[in-house]
Amino acid sequence: MHPITTVHYLALSAALLLIGTVGVLTRRNIVIILMSIELILNAVNINLVAFSHMLGPDHPQGQVFAIFVITDAVAEAAVGLGILIALFRNKETVLADEIDLLKW
Amino acid sequence: MLDTVLFYIFGVMTLLGGILTITRRNAVHSAISLIVSLLGVAGLYLLQHAEFLFAVQIVLYVGGIMVLFLFVIMLVNLDLAAKERQFNRQWLVALAAVLAAGAELGYFFYRGKDAFKLADVAAAITGAEALGNTEIIGNSLFSEYLLPFEIASLLLLVAVVGSVVMAKKRI
Repeated sequence: MHPITTVHYLALSAALLLIGTVGVLTRRNIVIILMSIELILNAVNINLVAFSHMLGPDHPQGQVFAIFVITDAVAEAAVGLGILIALFRNKETVLADEIDLLKW
Repeated sequence: MLDTVLFYIFGVMTLLGGILTITRRNAVHSAISLIVSLLGVAGLYLLQHAEFLFAVQIVLYVGGIMVLFLFVIMLVNLDLAAKERQFNRQWLVALAAVLAAGAELGYFFYRGKDAFKLADVAAAITGAEALGNTEIIGNSLFSEYLLPFEIASLLLLVAVVGSVVMAKKRI
């Protein structure tokens, strides 16, 4: 068996990113769209940690950046779910393509 | 050898969890699949000697964000949405675009795979073994990245206030 290199991690992260993108672009349920965004952010984190590992333990910058990405993910999930609750209270729907107030 | 086997186990966990997340009809099933995927990512962090991120991933993502998601799924009535069409009308175009992006990334990795050297585990052990992973990250976070750290705290404050205002009945 081949040893695991950085390219393996990058390929895995690219696959996860594409799965998340498919979820964002094709699903109608807003809750699942938000979950797909979490998948995309995790793919980014795998990338950052892989490069940090490639450069050795003296270069933790990738891991520090991953912490910032996680912070952003938390903020995004909290605000997004707050918006979702406000939306459901007013429109009684969680389907993204039924929220078309700005369309005519 | 063991690293290779573990990488493939965690990788399959991550990808399978991700695929199930975006294909399930029931949102609770999606959330459980997402938890499996996030645990796989946590395992990948541990394989890469990022122990602090491993702990953060489990405590924050699986323990925090996913509980938030499950609470919202229970607050919002999703029974009607589960009976309807799950994918929107432009799913074919979206799939084609993503496949094109995937082919592009695959070509990039195929051409550039020699530029990324092997992850050198031996150097990782001899290098900064005196300090643990958490200490190294803490040093970097509180010296080099102090200003981004403070800005992140401001961002979290804004997010907390914003989400409370959003979810309030009357402002």
